[in-house]
Amino acid sequence: MTTRRVMLQALGGLALAGDGLIFRIARAELPQGVIDAGVLDALPGKQPLIKRTYRPPNYETPVAYFKDVITPNDRFFVRWHLANIPTIEVSAWRLSVGGDGVAQPFELTLDQLQRDFEPVELIAVCQCSGNRRGLSDPHVPGVEWGYGAMGNARWKGARLKDILARAGLKKETVEIAFNGADRATLDATPNFIKSIPTWRGIDDNTIVAYEMNGAPLPHWNGFPARIVVPGWTATYWVKQVVSIRALTQPLASFWMNTAYRIPKGKFPLVDRFVSQESDTSTPITEMVVNSLITSLTEGQRFAAGAPVAVRGIAWDGGYGIRRVDVSTDEGRTWERAELGADSGRFSFRPWQFTYMPHAKGRVNVMARASNAQGATQTEELIFNAAGYHNNVIQKVGIEIA
Amino acid sequence: MNIFTRIGVALVASACAASCWADESEIQLKDGPAAATVRANCSTCHSLDYIQMNSPFMKRSAWEAEVRKMMKVMGAPIAEENVLALVDYLNRNYGVE
Repeated sequence: MTTRRVMLQALGGLALAGDGLIFRIARAELPQGVIDAGVLDALPGKQPLIKRTYRPPNYETPVAYFKDVITPNDRFFVRWHLANIPTIEVSAWRLSVGGDGVAQPFELTLDQLQRDFEPVELIAVCQCSGNRRGLSDPHVPGVEWGYGAMGNARWKGARLKDILARAGLKKETVEIAFNGADRATLDATPNFIKSIPTWRGIDDNTIVAYEMNGAPLPHWNGFPARIVVPGWTATYWVKQVVSIRALTQPLASFWMNTAYRIPKGKFPLVDRFVSQESDTSTPITEMVVNSLITSLTEGQRFAAGAPVAVRGIAWDGGYGIRRVDVSTDEGRTWERAELGADSGRFSFRPWQFTYMPHAKGRVNVMARASNAQGATQTEELIFNAAGYHNNVIQKVGIEIA
Repeated sequence: MNIFTRIGVALVASACAASCWADESEIQLKDGPAAATVRANCSTCHSLDYIQMNSPFMKRSAWEAEVRKMMKVMGAPIAEENVLALVDYLNRNYGVE
């Protein structure tokens, strides 16, 4: 399949109009090198997304695509750590279930995974831990994501707890570990294996998903099956999963012990991952409450006296969005936005607000979501060296003429 | 023709020359005495846009930490005698010091 790529900066980095869509990169905040290297590129089977890196492929979804609450499969972001991503033949694929925490290890074909366990469906946000890393101030190394390293899909799969039950899960199990079929170029590179605490593994909502929005998962999003841990960041949503292991000892690996960790006590999180905590840091767990304005673009012009539709989405770690407030006066006053349809506590929640501009000039539109825990977005970045959990209140400047 | 139809032939034609099409093989690192060493050592495991993407905000010490991380953590077989040249190049061309 031919892919076409176009340099974003060649187009001025400004609005690209197509299919009635307008999107732009927040170039004011991303490092210049990100803007220079950023291109729109269509991976096979995908719409053009914002390429951050070619190999391993890391592509983010343009903001305009989040006007739909469900992110279509061909517009869903792509994130891989290791460069060798095999094409999976279903006939050859097996899911191995084992580890020292189960009594009877076994293997599943895809057909068995789909037929032997009660299917469950849920809508959940899959968001990279490092979404918005590129907006960190100061900047930190890593994949320099803007706003689009996330998506919201209807996932269908088997409950992980049902699979573990068939294997005879032992009470000594502390973590459930997942490995995908992807491999590094060098044998010496740590394999991307991730674990979650047992309590999260046997949660009703943790599934091994084989469908995404009513279709098989795209290759780039983990065909034929991936782990779905609703509420938690996507680092645990292992793609092309081939191995599930119940462990009676904490998983020791770079990807658990060094990467994907946050300082203890800095974020208003509830879920703990005790078996992997150190004195100073803990693995990232659930997403922080956040929102995104999807109907406005930086510098967009509106007429004074005519209503401006401010629309967007909000999400959190699975507690549920309670309210979204909008400010047009630099945060001095906030007005409540109207929440749209509730697709479940793990989903994007749409919201809308009508702003009536009276005076001409530049106006910063800000949105702030709050969840059922009483947590809200921050005015100042909670800086951390890996650039995780950036939920600083977004500002979009519009021109009233 | 997918992207042409998506964003409009006229827009693309007016906004970029033939060089606007790009893929990994066309990533242009800045010239420098160690550019070839960088390409040889770094592109084994990842495309070179990782370097461009992480610029320009890293100090020399941060670039050195990245090179050391690739060696110690990711197992990159970078010869110790090449480290100085790599860090010099990255800092000069993609750093802030």
